[in-house]
Amino acid sequence: MTALPEATHRKLGLVIDLDICVGCHACAVNCKEWNTGGYGAPLADIDAYGAEPEGTWLNRIHTFEVTPDTGPAQIVHFPKSCLHCEDAPCVTVCPTGASYKRAVDGIVLVNEDACMGCGLCAWACPYGARELDPLAGVMKKCTLCIDRIYNENLPEEDRVPACVRACPAGARHFGDIGDPDSEVSQLVSERGGYDLMPEQGTRPVNKYLPPRPRDRHERAPARLAALADPEAKGFLGWLDAALGALGRPG
Amino acid sequence: MADGTEPGPDLSPHVSDEVRRTTCYMCACRCGINVHLRDGRVRYIEGNRDHPVNRGVLCAKGSAGIMQQGSPARLRTPLKRTGPRGSGEFAEIGWDEALELAVSWLGPVRQENPRGLAFFTGRDQSQSLTSWWAQQFGTPNYAAHGGFCSVNMAAAGIYTLGGAFWEFGAPDWERTRLFMIFGVAEDHDSNPIKIGIGQLKSRGGRVIAVNPVRTGYSAVADEWVGITPGTDGLLILALVHELLRTGNVDVSYLARWTNAPWLVDRNPGETFGLFVRDAGGRPMVWDRATGQPQPFDAPGLQPELKGDFPNPAGGRATPVFELMARKYIEPELAPEAVASRCGLTAGRIRRLAAELAEAAFSEPVTIDQPWTDFRGEGHEGFTGRPVSFHAMRGISAHSNGFQTCRALHLLQLLLGAVETPGGFRFKPPYPKPVEAHPRPHRGVAVKGPLNGPHLGFPRAPADLAVDAGGAPTRIDKAFSWENPLSVHGLMHMVISNACAGDPYPVDVLFMYMANMAWNSSMNTAGVMEMLTAKDETGAYRIPKIIYSDAYSSEMVAYADLILPDTTYLERHDCISLLDRPICEPDAAADAIRWPVVEPDRDVRGFQSVLIDLGARLRLPGFVNDDGSARYRDYADYMVNHQRRPGVGPLAGFRGDGTAAGRGAPNPDQLRRYIENGGFWVEPVPEEARFMKPFNAAYQDWAVGMGFYDAPQPFVFQLYVEPVRRFQLAAEGHGDVQPPDHLRERIKAAFDPLPVWWQPFEEAMVDAGEFPLHAITQRPAAMYHSWGTQNAWLRQIHGRNPLYVHGSVMAAHGLKEGDWAWVTSHHGRIKVPVARMDALNPQTVWTWNAIGKREGAWALDPMAPETQKGFLLNHLIHELLPPKGDGLRWSNSDPVTGQAAWYDLRVRIEKAAPGAEISEPRLGRQKSPVGQGPKAVAYGEGW
Amino acid sequence: MHPAPSIIFFTVLTGLGLGMMTWLGLGLGPDGGAYPWVASALALALTGAGGVCSVGHLGRRENARLAFSQWRSSWLSREACLMLAAMAAFGLYAALWCFAGARFWGLGLIAAGLASGTIYATAMIYAQLRTVPRWRATPTAAMFLAAGLAGGLLGAGAAAGLTGAPAPAGWTALALLAAAGIAVWWQTEAAGARRGAQGSTMETATGLGFMGRVRLLEAPHTGSNYLLREMAYQVARRRAFELRRLGAVLGYLAPLALTLLALALGSWLMVIALIAHVAGMLALRWLFFAEAEHVQALYYGRR
Ligand SMILES: Nc1nc2c(c(=O)[nH]1)N[C@H]1C(S)=C(S)[C@@H](COP(=O)(O)OP(=O)(O)OC[C@H]3O[C@@H](n4cnc5c(=O)[nH]c(N)nc54)[C@H](O)[C@@H]3O)O[C@H]1N2
Ligand SMILES: Nc1nc2c(c(=O)[nH]1)N[C@H]1C(S)=C(S)[C@@H](COP(=O)(O)OP(=O)(O)OC[C@H]3O[C@@H](n4cnc5c(=O)[nH]c(N)nc54)[C@H](O)[C@@H]3O)O[C@H]1N2
Ligand code: SF4
Ligand code: SF4
Ligand code: SF4
Ligand code: SF4
Ligand code: SF4
Ligand SMILES: [Mo]
Repeated sequence: MTALPEATHRKLGLVIDLDICVGCHACAVNCKEWNTGGYGAPLADIDAYGAEPEGTWLNRIHTFEVTPDTGPAQIVHFPKSCLHCEDAPCVTVCPTGASYKRAVDGIVLVNEDACMGCGLCAWACPYGARELDPLAGVMKKCTLCIDRIYNENLPEEDRVPACVRACPAGARHFGDIGDPDSEVSQLVSERGGYDLMPEQGTRPVNKYLPPRPRDRHERAPARLAALADPEAKGFLGWLDAALGALGRPG
Repeated sequence: MADGTEPGPDLSPHVSDEVRRTTCYMCACRCGINVHLRDGRVRYIEGNRDHPVNRGVLCAKGSAGIMQQGSPARLRTPLKRTGPRGSGEFAEIGWDEALELAVSWLGPVRQENPRGLAFFTGRDQSQSLTSWWAQQFGTPNYAAHGGFCSVNMAAAGIYTLGGAFWEFGAPDWERTRLFMIFGVAEDHDSNPIKIGIGQLKSRGGRVIAVNPVRTGYSAVADEWVGITPGTDGLLILALVHELLRTGNVDVSYLARWTNAPWLVDRNPGETFGLFVRDAGGRPMVWDRATGQPQPFDAPGLQPELKGDFPNPAGGRATPVFELMARKYIEPELAPEAVASRCGLTAGRIRRLAAELAEAAFSEPVTIDQPWTDFRGEGHEGFTGRPVSFHAMRGISAHSNGFQTCRALHLLQLLLGAVETPGGFRFKPPYPKPVEAHPRPHRGVAVKGPLNGPHLGFPRAPADLAVDAGGAPTRIDKAFSWENPLSVHGLMHMVISNACAGDPYPVDVLFMYMANMAWNSSMNTAGVMEMLTAKDETGAYRIPKIIYSDAYSSEMVAYADLILPDTTYLERHDCISLLDRPICEPDAAADAIRWPVVEPDRDVRGFQSVLIDLGARLRLPGFVNDDGSARYRDYADYMVNHQRRPGVGPLAGFRGDGTAAGRGAPNPDQLRRYIENGGFWVEPVPEEARFMKPFNAAYQDWAVGMGFYDAPQPFVFQLYVEPVRRFQLAAEGHGDVQPPDHLRERIKAAFDPLPVWWQPFEEAMVDAGEFPLHAITQRPAAMYHSWGTQNAWLRQIHGRNPLYVHGSVMAAHGLKEGDWAWVTSHHGRIKVPVARMDALNPQTVWTWNAIGKREGAWALDPMAPETQKGFLLNHLIHELLPPKGDGLRWSNSDPVTGQAAWYDLRVRIEKAAPGAEISEPRLGRQKSPVGQGPKAVAYGEGW
Repeated sequence: MHPAPSIIFFTVLTGLGLGMMTWLGLGLGPDGGAYPWVASALALALTGAGGVCSVGHLGRRENARLAFSQWRSSWLSREACLMLAAMAAFGLYAALWCFAGARFWGLGLIAAGLASGTIYATAMIYAQLRTVPRWRATPTAAMFLAAGLAGGLLGAGAAAGLTGAPAPAGWTALALLAAAGIAVWWQTEAAGARRGAQGSTMETATGLGFMGRVRLLEAPHTGSNYLLREMAYQVARRRAFELRRLGAVLGYLAPLALTLLALALGSWLMVIALIAHVAGMLALRWLFFAEAEHVQALYYGRR
């Protein structure tokens, strides 16, 4: 049933580094590729070669333009999939019990055999992380690649989400955010990882690492002074010294 | 969950029956992929962790390979045109008929007039085969697509460093601290650059992006320099000015590893500006130790970098460094003088110079690894400058691109940041000096092969492909006075020249893997007309067109005979060291593709078809003495062909399977590649990993690997003598002389030291009339035109807006989603606009090649790509506006002929409310493969 | 939000039917003659019809039965259970009323409780959603209950009209007046309950507010998708205004006038009043969904 577990043993999730995400969509497409043949029904595409193509994706990349008060506008690429919230409203609204949050690892899943495709969970999710499949009529969402991370048919090193394995920039990290010593938790504390829409009270497990400051120069390079100096004496005055210093090669 | 009734999903589902490891070709990056097969179908494609290029990661395109393999646009069988060109009406024919037809067209041409064949290839990755085939056929008219791609980058790199950026070198990602990237959206090293930037930033390294548009790599850059297009050369030379003025250059590096100390002849006359050489032809330097001129490669030199010295041949001579310094110290290159033109401030430029200097000289990177240079001098280790650069078409796709790319290399050299730790490093077999590359060959002998490779690197006017009268001898006019160093040929001029019969008509135009009727041509509508133009007798001006494509592209509709290729998962391919290898700075590597799935259609791998044609045409090298076919197919060729004794297409597992580089053909070779993951890697010895051109250990290793037959040490060329030789000719020296109307331009353009000039189109059109720069960018999730047939990728980029700066939107009363007319000196297009402020205000841009022709790619003719998507190409002309004298110069770099895509100037005005459909409309082609299915639910049943 | 006809008809018709059950359960209406039959049938028919509609938008009808399982946590499940119980209780109550002519007030009270409880549960399905301020930050439950009960009274009256029995026109007029009042109250609250009403903005959605003002440059896809169709529906201001006026007139003013006339001209007018009311409520319910903004659309640049 769709009561949330009081606490989960682990809090598996993703930490996404907005400082190095180049917005290449690799994670989104690889996610679709893995999952369309994986957990539950395929991720359908309708009017696939037509005038209004659209399909079901579990991960999508938005691109935002952020304009600071001073300095040039900046671009931030923003991947978004289910955040596996601790207080997941999508779970509690579900009338059939199809939506649930696993007590062992906190992964939020849809049991497609029980889902009646009413769409209420998608309405309850603030993040647009659930999509009703147009052909299968069941709710689709990020499974945190539950059919990879524990899969004994995959080599140990590949038991990570498809999107994490694919990401060329290394902007996606997978781990136990509940364990303060885990690499992901370390990253979150070092880099000030944050929640999306905290005001919605969903307590997301996934965290986002903010872009490092851009277009700022905390300190002027030391040599700026040198460069600002009036030109050294005479044509390439500095050169003789430099050549002198250039003794026998070694 | 709470009450323990949680469903238990299968946590260890069966993934695949088999994993086959091959090489991706959703783009030219050529990553290693693990193809998971289930029930004979592709279940999943992932990156190969062991592969040197992508080390396990996979991009969006690669991940969409499943949809490419299942694309409804795949051609199914050879096609023979039945309707008029462009209509897309074809009859399906068998391979025997197709090949006989091709032979009946090509045979006579070869017998009577080999140059009647123009054979040009596009995204070709088997150029060592295709060029060799053309050579054996005997036509001088062969090239791949480099001429419109990035030949400026390639040529500038080879002439200066012996290798280019492109994918032939890479920043020392592990050690560099400051990475400056000019004009790159994706580049060929798609995944490696992303991996590198991710690593660099994660360990606190700094990235500076110089780009009018702030997306992708520029978006994650710590600093964005939103330069005005076409002015990078100015910015770079201003940086050079600052570094020289303040002495922030690596003097010892310059003195030892570049031609900075080489003496330049100052005696007026035919040797003015050439190097002073000894009897053995070795360039000389002035040695302060002996007070004598000495050959540059003598040991123990203490060369002078400035001064005026007696020229042993009489008269005076001056080191390159002094000439260079005098040129760049000029106030016209001071930050103040160039800033506004670049769209920057002088302070900004100065601080950039300071940052470079600081990063380069405050904390050198050293590696304790003894090595010996080519002069025989030993060194305790490698000392490097942790500053690296990368650049691509943003600086090369301009009419001043060659010299701008040269300027960037010069900047790298001043900082001592090439082939040193932390800097820019080459991937074997690069770097190679110009001397190690062939000259261009044009010698046609009827019924015999061409006298050598078509493409090469001219050293002097004598190497040009012009006849006694100075007229071009190649159909694309490559290596002619209009663009003497067109080292990749000029594919973008072929169709217009062939249509005009200038310099001569051709009988057969044979193309491979290039969508010339659409996104790879400038003036697309014009090119479509040329392809269908008829002479007075009503015959097509280009009599026969043979084309090989794998999918139902726009170009397919314009060919008379279609040779349908397989997909990249269905054929053998060879990513060869003789071609564009996949090496890494620390390793030589090559790779193969092999049929991991069987074609379900009557298609054949093009290379095998080409080999078959070669045999049917009895081309030397393709037949045995008894006239029988020499190679069964491409796989057979890959294993058994030898270009030089012991050197073949694949360097790995030769001889008994243990030989690397050189060795007898090994019948077991392909199996060994497959076992090894589809690739082969040979690490560069530790001692040989840096300073490759000067490093004796590297030179010996390279010879062992078969890159060349004797060591080829050389030093980097700040001052390029071959370029000076063309300038000398323009000044009236030598017997091979340029036509008078080109003299002035060659004098100016062929400066042996980098210079900047205003892009030609900009200089010719009225800036008031066309105030904006218009450019395109590669989307990471699309590959040119061919990503559109992909059911997944087209959801990401199904249409493309023109991005316009907020201030310009306001000035023209434009709102998000409005439609606007964009006009250039050549044409007018109607497009949807979108606002973007992280953009150089004088620039508008869009994603490249999203717009499609109705009926192509097995899409619904009303697809968004055809209705709302658009090409900027309609605005770009292959020729510049007419000059006073009525002559029209080509819209390209005067040195290399590189197509100047990004010189485009436009104006924009709001379109009256009306049909929201992009213009121009270029008709509809009939789809020879029908239209794709309504819905896709891949993985049904798994 | 996407105004799916199935949900609109469902909420309006069941509201009405359940409202009638409430009143009839409380003992409203004459016992003799055709009235019990007609009134009970109408109440059950409206509710049943609504129930059928509700299945309309399900992707997997075969799993609908499971919707009765999660009453502990899910308002939608509670609604399903309550509705079934209400129909059962009222069915029994009505059967005894019609056949035996007896009205068991205890059973009636239970039916009434379950029926009005169902209306409340339906309302809470929407009122619980933080993601849709227009439903969460407004007196949605009151509005649904008032509409249902007033409609129910009107329905009961219409039944009387059809059977020539006397109708509680005065009470009905009062109820309609009250319901209209609450509807206006809801509307005034809703007017301010835009997407950002509970503090969610593009800046909180992306967490990039610390850098500056955020706008969407590129969506993840150039076409549409489920999220946009389902949760980024947009209505033209003008269209909404006209519909709202129509809804107010048909849903409340006309019925009010007609019931008052019914006092003089006879309860048959209540039948027309009911028809007008249903039409009006359908229009207002369409707006209830169509005008509701979902916070996830912030990721698509909808502020
Ligand atoms: N406006 C603008 N125009 C540009 C550019 C730009 O930046 N802006 N860039 C220019 C540059 S650098 C380039 S390289 C060109 C690229 O332009 P093209 O070289 O035309 O590249 P594609 O569009 O990929 O077309 C390649 C063709 O090869 C076909 N193909 C794909 N796979 C296979 C295969 O396995 N076998 C065979 N036989 N065919 C195959 C595709 O179907 C397609 O028809 O575009 C140029 N045009
Ligand atoms: N995903 C993907 N990858 C590809 C391709 C593809 O189609 N898709 N195509 C492949 C091919 S054929 C090629 S040639 C390479 C090309 O690789 P890139 O050179 O990265 O390709 P472009 O999109 O032409 O990038 C040009 C960049 O230069 C910027 N620019 C334009 N004018 C100027 C200028 O004057 N100065 C500066 N500093 N910047 C400028 C543009 O904004 C753009 O960001 O990419 C290859 N890789
Ligand atoms: S793959 Fe990595 S870099 Fe690319 S969009 Fe996804 S997170 Fe960003
Ligand atoms: S992100 Fe949305 S779908 Fe995922 S757990 Fe949170 S609320 Fe549920
Ligand atoms: S769509 Fe499926 S998972 Fe979502 S609430 Fe309805 S039944 Fe539950
Ligand atoms: S974890 Fe798996 S399902 Fe979730 S976004 Fe990544 S790839 Fe998709
Ligand atoms: S970059 Fe992407 S498309 Fe290109 S080869 Fe690598 S994986 Fe394939
Ligand atoms: Mo290219």
